[in-house]
Amino acid sequence: MVNKTLSGVSDFTSLRIPIDKVGVEERVERFQKRSIKNGSKLEGLKLILNMIDLTTLEGKDTPSKVKQMCYKAQHLHDVHAGLPTVAAVCVYPNFVKLAKESLKGSNVKVASVATAFPSGQAPLSIKLEDTKLALDSGADEIDMVISRGKFLSGDYNFVYDEIAAIKEVCGEARLKVILETGELVTLDNVRLASDIAMYAGADFIKTSTGKISPAATMQVTYVMLTAIRDFMYKTGVQVGMKPAGGISNSKLALQYMVMLYETLGPDWMSNEWFRFGASSLANDVLMQIVKQETGRYQSADYFSID
Amino acid sequence: MAKKTEKEIKNIWTYDPAPESSDHIQLKDKYDLYIDGKWVKPESGKYYDTSNPASTKKIASIAYGNDKDVDKAVRAARKAYKNVWSKMEPSERAKYIFRIARIMQERARELAVIECMDSGKVIREARDVDVPLACNHFFYYAGWADKLEYAFPNQKVESIGVAGQIIPWNFPLLMAAWKIAPALAAGNTVVLKPAETTPLTALKLAEIIHEAGLPAGVVNVVTGFGDTGAAIVNHHDIDKIAFTGSTGVGKLIQRAVAGTNKRVTLELGGKSANIILDDAPLDQAVEGIVNGIFFNQGHVCCAGSRLFVQENVADRVIQMLKARMETLVVGDPLDKNTDIGAINSKEQLATINKYIEIGKKEGADMYQSHINLPKSGYYCAPTLFTNMSQSSVIVKEEIFGPVLTIQTFRTIDEVIQKANNTEYGLAAGVWTSNGARIFNLTTKLKAGVVWANTYNRFDPVSPFGGYKESGFGREGGLHGLKSYVKLS
Amino acid sequence: MERLSVLKTYKLYIGGAFPRTESGRYYELKNGKGENIANVCLASRKDFRNAVVAARKASGGWSERSHFNRSQILYRIAEMMETRRAQFIEELISQGISKSKAEVEVDLSVDRLVYYAGWCDKYTQVLSSVNPVSSPHFNFSTVEPMGVISVISDVKNGLLDLVSVVAPIIAGGNTVVVLAAEQYPLSAITFAEVLNSSDVPGGVVNILTGKRSELLKHMASHMDVNAIAYSGTSGEERKLIEIESVENLKRSCYIDENWNDKGAQGLKFIEMFQEVKTTWHPIENIGGATSSY
Repeated sequence: MVNKTLSGVSDFTSLRIPIDKVGVEERVERFQKRSIKNGSKLEGLKLILNMIDLTTLEGKDTPSKVKQMCYKAQHLHDVHAGLPTVAAVCVYPNFVKLAKESLKGSNVKVASVATAFPSGQAPLSIKLEDTKLALDSGADEIDMVISRGKFLSGDYNFVYDEIAAIKEVCGEARLKVILETGELVTLDNVRLASDIAMYAGADFIKTSTGKISPAATMQVTYVMLTAIRDFMYKTGVQVGMKPAGGISNSKLALQYMVMLYETLGPDWMSNEWFRFGASSLANDVLMQIVKQETGRYQSADYFSID
Repeated sequence: MAKKTEKEIKNIWTYDPAPESSDHIQLKDKYDLYIDGKWVKPESGKYYDTSNPASTKKIASIAYGNDKDVDKAVRAARKAYKNVWSKMEPSERAKYIFRIARIMQERARELAVIECMDSGKVIREARDVDVPLACNHFFYYAGWADKLEYAFPNQKVESIGVAGQIIPWNFPLLMAAWKIAPALAAGNTVVLKPAETTPLTALKLAEIIHEAGLPAGVVNVVTGFGDTGAAIVNHHDIDKIAFTGSTGVGKLIQRAVAGTNKRVTLELGGKSANIILDDAPLDQAVEGIVNGIFFNQGHVCCAGSRLFVQENVADRVIQMLKARMETLVVGDPLDKNTDIGAINSKEQLATINKYIEIGKKEGADMYQSHINLPKSGYYCAPTLFTNMSQSSVIVKEEIFGPVLTIQTFRTIDEVIQKANNTEYGLAAGVWTSNGARIFNLTTKLKAGVVWANTYNRFDPVSPFGGYKESGFGREGGLHGLKSYVKLS
Repeated sequence: MERLSVLKTYKLYIGGAFPRTESGRYYELKNGKGENIANVCLASRKDFRNAVVAARKASGGWSERSHFNRSQILYRIAEMMETRRAQFIEELISQGISKSKAEVEVDLSVDRLVYYAGWCDKYTQVLSSVNPVSSPHFNFSTVEPMGVISVISDVKNGLLDLVSVVAPIIAGGNTVVVLAAEQYPLSAITFAEVLNSSDVPGGVVNILTGKRSELLKHMASHMDVNAIAYSGTSGEERKLIEIESVENLKRSCYIDENWNDKGAQGLKFIEMFQEVKTTWHPIENIGGATSSY
C-alpha cells in the first residue's frame, strides 16, 4: 500500500492547506458545548474504554509494570460486569515480547513505539532495525515518529521517504505515524504533516509522543480529522486517528468523541479507526461508567491504578 | 466513505436530550406596561398572549398599549428627562447603567431561558451570545456617560431628549440593550416598544431597571403591536426614533417623520454576501457559512444569506457544507445540544416556506438536511438552494430564515459586482488566506460590516449598521453614541 | 468704432463636458437694472439623469484615488480660482452682489477650498477607530464615501454656498450633481470651468442651472443617488425631499449654515457624507507567546 496515491505529488508544498486557527478554536468550542447525558454518555464512555491504547513509555518501565498493565488491559474493573477491554497496550520494543505473552488469548493488541522514539534523532537504518525488533517480537502495531527537524526545515521528501520505508517493513502490522504536533507549532504544519504521512502510507496518524508539551489538543486533533476526511474523499482510503497525551478525564474524552462523530461520522466510531493514547484515562472513564450505572459518585480508591 | 442510513448512525451514537432547567424561572401570568417607574394597566384594558413558538403554548398575557399609553410614557420620559436625568451628574448616570449591567449578569441564566421560551432561539446562543452581549453593552456604554467630551472633541455635546425605540423579535433582549444603553449614557430618556411576539425579556429588563433604582420615567416599556409603535413614531414630543426591523417598516417610519425635526436611525434588512475564494481555509469557511445563515434560525438581519463560492472549489465546499448540515441538531430550543431552534412565529414560518416554494418554482435545486422536525411548534430544516441567478427572487429578497442561496463565480471582479448588486448593504463575509485579496474585497464591498475569515461576530465596541437600504446610523462602539447626542 | 464684445454662452457641466440642456430651454438672467445679461440653461430632469450617470461613472475612480492626490486636486482648484478672482468678482457683481461682498465671497471660497484640500488625507484618521473587541479579532472602523450626492445649493451667496458644500463632499471621495441657485448661475458655471481646468476628473462634479421647483423632486427620488444635501429650502420643500428620499433610503442632510462665517467649515461636513465600515479579522495566537517587554 506504499505510495498509494501519490501520483503527481513531487513537491509537498503544493499540498499546503491553509488553516485558520481562530476558526478551529471556535469549531472546537462548539464540540465542547455538546452536553452528553444518560444513554449516550454511557455508550460513549464504553466506546472510549474500548478505544484506549493503555500506555507506558518511561525509562523506568519494568517487566512487572508492563505485566500489570497487560492484566489491567483485560480486567479493567472486574467487579463491574459487561465492560469492554482496552484496544491495545503501547510499550517500548523491549517489552513487546512480554506484553504479547501477557495478553495471549485476548483481543488486546500490542503496539510498540519505534524509530528512535520519542525524538526520532537517528539514521534510517537504526529506525528500521528498531521497527524490525518490535515486529519480530510480535508487535501488532507500530507507532513511529516523524523527523520533525527535517519537516520544519522544509525537507518534506525526506519525511515522506522515511515513513514509506518504515511502512514497507511493517507488512501486515498497522503503522501509526506520530507527528509530534507540539513541535510543529502551527496548524498549517499539522495539516501538511498529516497529508504527507497519509500519502506515505500511514494507517493511523497520531498527535504526540506524550513527551512534548502540548501533547494532543482538540484543535490539533480536529485538523488531523479533517485531513483524514479529505484524504478519504480524494483517495477512498480510510485512515485512523490517535490523539495521545493529555487526555486524562472522561469529560474531555467525550468531547473528542463528539468531535469524531461530527467530523468523520460513525464509520470511524470504533477502535479500528480511533484510539486514545492515554495512561490515566481508563480509570476516570471507569469511575464515570460506574457512577452512570449506580447513580453514586465514585472514589479513586476503588479502582486499581496499574 | 460507505454511507450508512440515518437509522444506523443513530444506532451507533446519538445525543440524548440535555434540557436546560426552567424550574427556577419566575414569570407572571400577566404583564402590564412599565411607565413612570410603575406597572400600569393599559388604557384599553386589552391584553394579548405571548406564546412559546417551540410548543405554541401560551406563556403570559401582555398588555396591548395604545396611543394613550404611549402618550403617558412619553410624558413620563419627558418629565424624567427635564427634571432628573439630563440634570444628573454624568458620573452618577454611569453608575446607574453599571448597576443595570451587574444585575443582568446576576440574572443571566434566567434571562437566557426566558429568551428561549419566548423567541424560540436556542439556549446555547441565548446563554453564550445574546445575554452576555446585552450585559456587556450596558457595561460598555455606562463608562461613556461621563466621558462624552472625549468622544466628540472640539464639539459641544448635548443629549437629545426623549428617544422612542422600537425593536425586533430576533434578538429581543440584545436589541433592547443596543438601544437603551447608549441612549441613557448620553443623557436621554427612553420609551421602548418590544416586538409583539417577544416582549418578555424587555419586561424582565424593566424589572431589573426598577431593581437598579433608576429614577422613574427614565426607561418606559410599552408593549403592543404595530399601532403601538406607530403611536411612538407619531408622538409630537419624541425627539429621536431608533428602529431595528424590516426595511418596509423602516421606510414607513421615515415617511412618517418627514418634515419633522425628529432624528432617526434605522437598522434594517439585508441580503449579505458571504464570499469563499479558492484559497480559503475551507473547513473554517464552511463553519462561517453555517454561522452566517443558521445562527439564530437565520433570523439575523446580517445573515450571510447569499453564498458565493469560487467555481473551482464549489463542489467541494457544497459537499462539506451538506455534511456539516447533517450534524446540526434541530429541535427543542432549551436543549443544550440544539443548534437550530424554533422559527419565531407561525407567520414567519409561513413566510419562509413561501420563499422555499418560490425557490423550487424558480427551478433552483434544493437541499435540506435529513432531520425529523418536532411534531409541534414552528420549525424549518436548514435549507440550501443551488443553481439560480442574481435575478431569482430567493437571491434578491430577505427571507429571514435558515435558507441559503449558493452561486458560483470565477473572478474577483465578478463576485464584487454580484455581491454589491443588491439594494441592501448591511454586511459581507470574505474567506481567503491571501491578505492583499482580503483588503481588496473588504474595501470594495458596499456593506457596513465586513467579516474576513469569520462571520456573525458582534461586540459592544464594534459599530454595526448598514449602507443603502439596510438603514443608517451605527449602533455599538464610539460611533453608536453619535446617534444619541446633539453636537454643535 | 467700438469693438463688439464676444458674449459667453453659459452651459451645463456634465461628465467633464459643457453640453446645452437637452431640453433646449433657457431662462433669462437679469441684472439689477432689469437688463438681460445671459440666457441660462434651464436643466431638465433628463439633464439631471445624465449628470447622475456621469457622477456614478466617476465615483469608483474618484473614491479610490489616493487621498493625497485628492488633496492636490482640491488645492489646484483653489489655485485656478485665485487666478480668476477678478472674473468671479465681476460676475457676482453682475448678478447683483455688491463689490465688497463679492470680494469677500471669492476670497472665502478660495480659502475654503484650501481648507478642505488639507483635510483630504486626514479625515480618515480622525474618523476611524480600532475597536478592542473581546474575541481574538482585529476590528477596525473606517469611513468610506457614500457615493453620488445630490446638492441643492443655498441661495444666500453667489459662489460661496456652492463651494462650501461641494468641497467637503468631494474631499471625502464622493461625486456630486449640484443644482446652482437659480439667481446665481453664472458664477456656478464659471466655477465649472475652474474645475474643468484643475485636474478634477470629469463627472466628479456636475453642475446644473435651472429651477429648483422642477428638479427638486427628481434629485430627491433618484434611486441611484446615495444622499442629498439641501439648503435654503422651505418647510414644504424639505418635507417633499425627505419623503422622496425614502424609497432608496437616501441619506438626506439639511444644511443650514451661514457660509460667510469664517468658522462655517469643518470635519462634520465631510463626515456627513461618509459611511462607517467595520472590518473584522481573526488574530492567531500560537502557544500563548505574549508581547511582554
